[in-house]
Amino acid sequence: MKIIKSLLMGASLAMVASAASVSYAATSGNTLATVDPEADRLALQSYFQKRFPKVQVEDYVNGIYALDAPSREQWQDIEEFPPYEFDIEEGEELFNEAFANGKSYADCFANGGIGIRQNFPRWDEAQGQVVTLELAINQCREANNEKALGWKKGKIAKISAYMAFTSRDNVFDVQIPNDDAKAAYLDGKQSFYTRRGQLNMSCANCHVAGANILIRADLPGPTLGQVTHFPVFRSKWGELGTLQRRYGGCQKNVRGEPQKTQGDKFRNLEFFQTYMSNGLVVNGPGSRK
Amino acid sequence: MAKGILRAKAKAKGGNTVVKIMAKHDMETGNRKDKSGNKIPANYIQTLSVAYNGKTVMESNMGTAISKNPYLSFTFVGGAKGDELQMTWTEITGATATETAKIK
Amino acid sequence: MMNRRSVLKAVFTGGLVAGFGVLMPRVALAAWSKAAFEASSQEMAMGALYDADPSASAEVTLKAPDIAENGAVVPISVKSGLAGVTSIAIFVENNPQPLAAQFTIPEGTLANVSCRIRMGKTSSITAVVTTATGSFSASKEVKVTIGGCGG
Repeated sequence: MKIIKSLLMGASLAMVASAASVSYAATSGNTLATVDPEADRLALQSYFQKRFPKVQVEDYVNGIYALDAPSREQWQDIEEFPPYEFDIEEGEELFNEAFANGKSYADCFANGGIGIRQNFPRWDEAQGQVVTLELAINQCREANNEKALGWKKGKIAKISAYMAFTSRDNVFDVQIPNDDAKAAYLDGKQSFYTRRGQLNMSCANCHVAGANILIRADLPGPTLGQVTHFPVFRSKWGELGTLQRRYGGCQKNVRGEPQKTQGDKFRNLEFFQTYMSNGLVVNGPGSRK
Repeated sequence: MAKGILRAKAKAKGGNTVVKIMAKHDMETGNRKDKSGNKIPANYIQTLSVAYNGKTVMESNMGTAISKNPYLSFTFVGGAKGDELQMTWTEITGATATETAKIK
Repeated sequence: MMNRRSVLKAVFTGGLVAGFGVLMPRVALAAWSKAAFEASSQEMAMGALYDADPSASAEVTLKAPDIAENGAVVPISVKSGLAGVTSIAIFVENNPQPLAAQFTIPEGTLANVSCRIRMGKTSSITAVVTTATGSFSASKEVKVTIGGCGG
């Protein structure tokens, strides 16, 4: 326990370049044999609770707004009537629109696709890979002879927003049923802690140690609960975008080559991040700066 | 009924009606350029007026400094649940429409 | 100052109402004022709407963030306890066209409006409230920053 404590303390110090990727906010290891997702999840919650003792764990679904009062005030003003309401409306229409063959999304999802956002991403044994909601949407389309939608914005984001909205307040409970799933979790965890780009920064640098600490003019949100409020209407985009759109954008922000949207790496990263938010509720779609 | 560009949340509370309206509109300022470098022509909502029982309760004149998906909130005395508001908008192109919303 | 005001009045005639009196706040007019909205300086925009410079007043409350999270969407609200408010206007001094909005407040409507504005850069925001006795203002500087991991 002492070692873990010092690792956690070390995480809150200024970011220092380190040789190898180190899971400094996780209690468990970096190999299939030593990784322990539950221990990681609890350690992450514990880390944030120690850093921000007044913030309830359930509030982390609001991201940076759980931690920073001035931006929370602006966000609350936007939430009076958030622009994503238009997207939810359109998403509902798109979701209900039948395919050319007469079937619809409801035929591809449990419970007709309503109130099931918290089940994604999930390990799909038959496919041998992580399936995100957006991947499931496009797989549904292709299974019904429809063209796949673009991954990052537009129709897929609106459908995702509608499905998230119908699932608000449902609790995320990502399962890791076997070693293959665990390997995907581990891959995502390693991605999360690996430095990349010219700026040589990892997700953890900004979203664990750097959460709520100004980096130029931005306040990075904490990784705990981060995936729960996607897709997001970002003022910067002036529109709705998916989680993986932001993954690519973040990688570009550290001046790295963005990895493939909905490729293995991003899906495993989303798997890892969502597992870390198990216990928190679906809060999408969200508004962000 | 065809859906317009306005969405309204109007709530009767304590003798007043609190109105929140958001319009689905890009509010193109005319300063932006497209990928070829040409200026995208200005097109924004100039006026939004709201009437209740035939009486104007708000008239807003807007310019290019109003955000995309323009939002407005105000409160007027009176109004009751189930009553209707008439909201009329005009664009700089001259396009105009009146849409209605029910007070909740 | 009087000379400049009368020059401005002479130049910006679009938006005058027949029967306009010197002492009456010009903003009784509800029509969209091209002169005011297209003015490229706050002074010209105000000149097109008001007879005299608005005077700062504690009776006008302008709520705006100290630092805008994103200059494209800055939530603003203006309220006033003054009696007989007929108009509320919002100016963003450093915007290419400083007049953001002008709200005509009919009798029976509260002097309390909220909207979302665009700011090109750090600027002073001024809210002007007009009554039968004149125009009153409150200002606040709102910082707009760019750059960071959000791009």
